[in-house]
Amino acid sequence: MTSLAAPINLLAALFLLVAFAMLSQRRLANLISLYAWQGTILTFSIAMAAYADHSAHLYASALLTGVLKIVLVPILLRRLARRLDLQWDRESLVQIPTVMLIGLGLVIFAFNAALPIAGVGHIINHAIVGIALASILLSLLMMILRATALSQVIGFLALENSLIFVATSVTYGMPMVIEFGIALDVIVGVFILGVFFFHIREQFDSLDIARIERREE
Amino acid sequence: MILLWIVLIPLIGAVVLGALGQRRAGFSGNIAVSAATLVAACVMTVRVLNDGPFTAWHHELFVDPLSVFLVDLTAFVAFTTSVFSQTYMRAEVRLGHLKPTSLGLYHAMYQAFIFTMLLALTSNNIGVLWIAMEGATLSTALLVSLYRTQAGLEAAWKYFILCGVGLALALLGTIMVYFAAHSVLGAHQALLWTHLYSVRGRLEPPIMAIAFVFLIVGYGTKVGLVPLHAWLPDAHAEGPTPISAVLSGLLLNVALYAIVRFKVLASGGAVAAWPGRLMIGFGLVSVLVGAFSLGGQRDLKRLFAYSSIEHMGLATFAFGLGGPLATFAALLHITAHSLTKSAVFFTTGQVAQTAGTKDMDRITGIVDRNPALGWTLMASCLAIVGTPPFGIFASEFLILIAALHQAPWSVPLLILALGVAFAAIFRRTQAMVFGVADGPRISTPPSLLAPLAHLLLVLVLGLAIPPLLATWYTEAARLLGP
Repeated sequence: MTSLAAPINLLAALFLLVAFAMLSQRRLANLISLYAWQGTILTFSIAMAAYADHSAHLYASALLTGVLKIVLVPILLRRLARRLDLQWDRESLVQIPTVMLIGLGLVIFAFNAALPIAGVGHIINHAIVGIALASILLSLLMMILRATALSQVIGFLALENSLIFVATSVTYGMPMVIEFGIALDVIVGVFILGVFFFHIREQFDSLDIARIERREE
Repeated sequence: MILLWIVLIPLIGAVVLGALGQRRAGFSGNIAVSAATLVAACVMTVRVLNDGPFTAWHHELFVDPLSVFLVDLTAFVAFTTSVFSQTYMRAEVRLGHLKPTSLGLYHAMYQAFIFTMLLALTSNNIGVLWIAMEGATLSTALLVSLYRTQAGLEAAWKYFILCGVGLALALLGTIMVYFAAHSVLGAHQALLWTHLYSVRGRLEPPIMAIAFVFLIVGYGTKVGLVPLHAWLPDAHAEGPTPISAVLSGLLLNVALYAIVRFKVLASGGAVAAWPGRLMIGFGLVSVLVGAFSLGGQRDLKRLFAYSSIEHMGLATFAFGLGGPLATFAALLHITAHSLTKSAVFFTTGQVAQTAGTKDMDRITGIVDRNPALGWTLMASCLAIVGTPPFGIFASEFLILIAALHQAPWSVPLLILALGVAFAAIFRRTQAMVFGVADGPRISTPPSLLAPLAHLLLVLVLGLAIPPLLATWYTEAARLLGP
């Protein structure tokens, strides 16, 4: 276990780095690549936990995560972006330095919030819980700041990645049935959203949320 | 075995009805599947009466006094809604609001939604409960946008994203509960509710505290607790009426059911009172915001969507108070609200279809166009605002009494909110029902049978709660503890 502490810490740090990179990325195509990278890191950390715990179920879970989050979902997202012709659109974001500063604040907050959780039980490392909570908050921040529907969804998927990362680092994953169920929900969700986008585009000629919501009053 | 059938019937039904597509058999198929589910629920109820609570399928499914009447309620409302939707949705297609090609999707997703509701109620596994709630979001998001209008798509998008994020937080809460129970129960049983319940005093309080906060925010989004309610009025107003009825009548209940279950774990057998206080806070704010938002509404279905926020807030408040009386009242309230609100949506949907608009300023003289429809609307609105002798009067009365004992400071606020809600809804209803008719008389729609059946049941609930139901409520209240 101790021999694995260093690589797991490294992966956790990379996970946080990708979360920040996603926060500042303007182009959709690059955002999808970053999502795939995040999936890769997640897969590796699950595999590492499986190795540490000698558990077959965690190996299966790593395989499932890998297939879903490195291959399947990014392919689906790329195809969507291509068919909607938005992959090279530059999204106007709020000032990136401001966003980064807010993100930093969230990380500090998350580390403090993680203290009581890390105090109990067999946790690999206190920092990992903090990082996992921080990535959840950063994904939420990304969903708030993004203007187009597709990048909001990527924020949502990143949020789900962070949750799985929490589950892995805190409890060595959830039971297999539950992980399958969550994976099924994700994949069905992405399909339904894909259908949604075409309807939204048909009706609004745009995927810009601000334009959709302006209709309100 | 019977528990397995309860969830399997709607699941199989969803697949078959999806395959049937837009054929005429879809409507009768939908009714048949719902009727079969209702029969299965009745068989299950008989077994509970004979043998008491039981688990099935390696403890993965279970039923106890808290879930048994909710399963029955879900199966019953699902059945009446399927009967109502036959007439209503046919008319929508005839009027050109809906493409006939969407009907296959509608029926398949309707049954998929009922499947997720029943799975959430009968599952003993808090992870499966989460999966079922997420499945409910996915299936109903497609139903809310069924008309493919701009407003419908916007509502569905909002619903999808807000409930998706909410449920992500609930998943985090579930992971934390699992983490807390992991060391006590071991990996295999740490998600089973029956096992968690027996060790609830031994779960780490600081972790359960964080977990419950995430869970109440997460599932609270689905209950429509203020300030997490933004999706609710849109989704209720823009979706087809039968869907508004099941969203209000079933989904909100099931989400509240999840919160209540976790409250028991978080309070750890009465060691901590704060989960209850958190629920009292959320509930009270929802009651007030819901009631005061009613006055400004022009859209018929939006009006009653805000009324759902108010009523769910009231139930959350009562569950938060805890104790035998308040919990009894809360359980009665969610039963009565579910039946009444679906009756209200059935009737208002019919009214909006008749009048050709949902704008309440332009709906008038319903009683002259069809007396039966007009009086049903009047009766269901009177029932929802809590006039005697309907069931909601009884439950609101009991909640007020419980509040008087346990949290006297909240009583003036509650009475104020209930009064405001009464005034807002009654003023609107009266203008719609009476007044000068602006169209020809119409024949009585057969779909009125559904709301009338519901109103009859609510009347029974209000006059004398059946002893069987009272026993379940009392046992459930004991289960939920102080």
